[in-house]
Amino acid sequence: MNLAYTFAMGPAGNAPDLPGSLRAEPRLSRWLRFSADGTVTLTPGKVELGQGILTALAQIAAEELDVAPARLRVVPAVTGASPDEGVTSGSLSIQESGAAIRQASAEARAIHLGLAAGRSGVPAEAIRVEDGTFLAPDGSAIGSYWAQAEDALLEVEARGDVAPKPATDRRIAGQSLPRLDLPDKVFGVPRYLQDMRLPGMLHARVVRPPARAATLTGVREGPLPGGATMVRDGSFLAVVAGEEWAAEAAAARVAARAEWEVRESLPEENALAEWLAATPAQASEVARRDDPAPPAAQAVSARFQRPFIAHASIGTCCAVARWAEGALEVWTHSQGVYNLRADLALVLGLPPESITVRHMEGAGCYGHNGADDVALDAALAARAHPGRPVRALWSREEELGWGPLSPAATAEIEAAVDAEGMLCRWRMVLRGNGHSSRPGRAKQPTLLAAPYLDPPQPWPVAIDAPIAAGGGGQRNAVPGYAVPSLDVEMHRLLVMPLRSSALRGLGALLNVWAIESVMDELAEASGQDPVAFRLRHLEEDPRAAAVLREAAAMCGWPRAADGEGVGTGIAVARYKGTGAWCAVAAEVEAAEVVRCRRLWIAADVGEAINPDGAVNQLEGGALQAVSIALKEAVRFDRMNVTGTRWEDYPILRFSEVPAVELRLIGPQDAKPLGAGEPSLGPTIAAIAGGIHAALGIRPRAMPFTPDNLAAAME
Amino acid sequence: MPVAFTLNGAAVEVKAPEGMTLLQALRGPLGLSGPRFGCGQEACGSCMVTLDGEARPSCTLPLEAAAGRAVGTVEGLGTPEAPHPLQAAFLAEQAGQCGWCLSGILVSAAALLRRNPDPDEAAVREALEPHLCRCGAQNRIIRAVLRAARVGAPA
Repeated sequence: MNLAYTFAMGPAGNAPDLPGSLRAEPRLSRWLRFSADGTVTLTPGKVELGQGILTALAQIAAEELDVAPARLRVVPAVTGASPDEGVTSGSLSIQESGAAIRQASAEARAIHLGLAAGRSGVPAEAIRVEDGTFLAPDGSAIGSYWAQAEDALLEVEARGDVAPKPATDRRIAGQSLPRLDLPDKVFGVPRYLQDMRLPGMLHARVVRPPARAATLTGVREGPLPGGATMVRDGSFLAVVAGEEWAAEAAAARVAARAEWEVRESLPEENALAEWLAATPAQASEVARRDDPAPPAAQAVSARFQRPFIAHASIGTCCAVARWAEGALEVWTHSQGVYNLRADLALVLGLPPESITVRHMEGAGCYGHNGADDVALDAALAARAHPGRPVRALWSREEELGWGPLSPAATAEIEAAVDAEGMLCRWRMVLRGNGHSSRPGRAKQPTLLAAPYLDPPQPWPVAIDAPIAAGGGGQRNAVPGYAVPSLDVEMHRLLVMPLRSSALRGLGALLNVWAIESVMDELAEASGQDPVAFRLRHLEEDPRAAAVLREAAAMCGWPRAADGEGVGTGIAVARYKGTGAWCAVAAEVEAAEVVRCRRLWIAADVGEAINPDGAVNQLEGGALQAVSIALKEAVRFDRMNVTGTRWEDYPILRFSEVPAVELRLIGPQDAKPLGAGEPSLGPTIAAIAGGIHAALGIRPRAMPFTPDNLAAAME
Repeated sequence: MPVAFTLNGAAVEVKAPEGMTLLQALRGPLGLSGPRFGCGQEACGSCMVTLDGEARPSCTLPLEAAAGRAVGTVEGLGTPEAPHPLQAAFLAEQAGQCGWCLSGILVSAAALLRRNPDPDEAAVREALEPHLCRCGAQNRIIRAVLRAARVGAPA
């Protein structure tokens, strides 16, 4: 630590108010450096998950530095060298990492121009930067980032006293630059962690128990193919071989020879609501308002239910681990390298500093899937083979059956409008498991293998972040509509038969649907158009009203019935109450099954760093929501998850993908907000509304399958 | 028993243990990355290759089934310097997010365009039906295939 510099910055408590992750990691050199070869290296703590974040961050830096984007090199996050930005989640990467990089780049530019000014005598404010070269007013070159690429220049803390460019001056941020990572993916160039081949690398496969609650009592002796060996710790069982085919074949043989003591631990799949109601829970107030309310004229009361949902990545989780001289190195596609390191340290009894966790891209995860779990699997297998890198890869059965799940839940709403048709009362009660079993946040590890080890390290029961931090089950449970009397309560379950954690959208999947359904029902009960009814309650949120009006205009609301069994629904929400605004209209065709034929989406993400990337993310979120709304539910019996093949956990296919029209209407000079998650809740809700328009049924349970719709008719 | 076949136009021979799948051989001894493991159940399309020009999953196919035949993967379509029209179109449309599904989809799309150089949207959807994309890039992918068809794919 540079004490002289700390002194110069003044006493503690007088720190500058820095944006995003720069607050926690203020040293500029943690974020970027210049090289004499004419490149800029960016080192964000957020990671690429297929969402295009690295491209957007490179654009932000290129903009503030005035260099061509092609000069940017974005380094994947690694513990130690990268700033600790926690988890890449919550549609927060642009707010947290982008804001930090924008400010750090602006300050780095000012420092460099200051140096060039001192050396040349040209005042800093008169210097123009053209692709990294510093030009005097007469056009002569007086320096460059590359000529001044001394690392020490950025070994200072951000001061917050340099303003980034105003929105009107931006030329690179705000453009739809092509994704940096896409060419490799289109040409089949090795890029994913799953493609990494290290010298001497071994292959591991885990043999999972036949039930969630299981104890390994023995493994019958027998030969294994390809020189494979077994690794056992308590009830954790794996095989390791020199070649991948041998590891797979050996895992199948060991699975057949393993003897387990199993017991039932899961609820009845077909009685989820009863199980949720009967399970001990911790109650908490999410929001309450007791302003004087006029008497109710019409009231609606309904209970909405959602099943367990899987992340269902197309690629299976993978990690590589290597032990050498008491230190552990791990390659992972986790969303948070520091968080994973903390849990690995807990399980393995190592000081965190002796573990290096390196990010490499994997398949899309859509939240907390098994990426962290497989890293522990790899580490346990590698511990038996010191010095050798060991690659663990999950099977499809593990991917669908053993990763964390998005928890089942119910939402009960009682709400009413007054004689003027305005909301007067709103009560909501949520019940379900928490939405976070992320590693690195508890005193106990949350990783899959931990409770199966000897001694067992049980998982903590999933928690929910406070609403101010985005919430979990209660995310988007507070309606964005003006209502004088409001009471939202959450009951987080205190037992967790199926490990639950964050899936894209978290509680918003259920809550936005439930709220928007009740809004539709109240509009109907009081004889109002659902769009007009919502707009009457959105006067204090003009950007919500704007996206709703836009989506309504795009679909031609109110839409005349387009044939029998066809209907359109519309819904709106501001993600988390603090993020981007999104309205969706969905045209639904209900025949033997419900199909979503078209989606119209209007979103306000504020400044879009890469508009095409934002559109891609919003559309992708909406299509995942179509899949969740119409098809997805994790199947299980009292022992274990049974839906572990694609045929048992179907997701949206090409033939089922609706046409999508999408418009971004946010102001480019507004704060940028994440685009990955805001479209999911409104899409589910709009489909439910479309089903009502088509069939006259209000869906009460996801997914909106013929069985669940038939139950809603009763 | 060594198994000999052509891989992206080049003769190859793999000495493989019994029970090895074509996908395991492609990603293992043959050192490719394009064909991907997704399910091992022929249910997602991540491992799609062409066998004598026909698209089919390689994850359960015994390696011996490739003997004497022509196997094609995404690596055989084009290079950054000389992209296949499909690869150029996928980049032009920015068709993809995490990209996991793309190499299989490109293989199926190339087989489609060889068979039907001017497919309509329904034909593209049908050809891609064996493929799963969890990121929701399907509409871009369909547009990219139609764009490549307009540009004209090489034989």
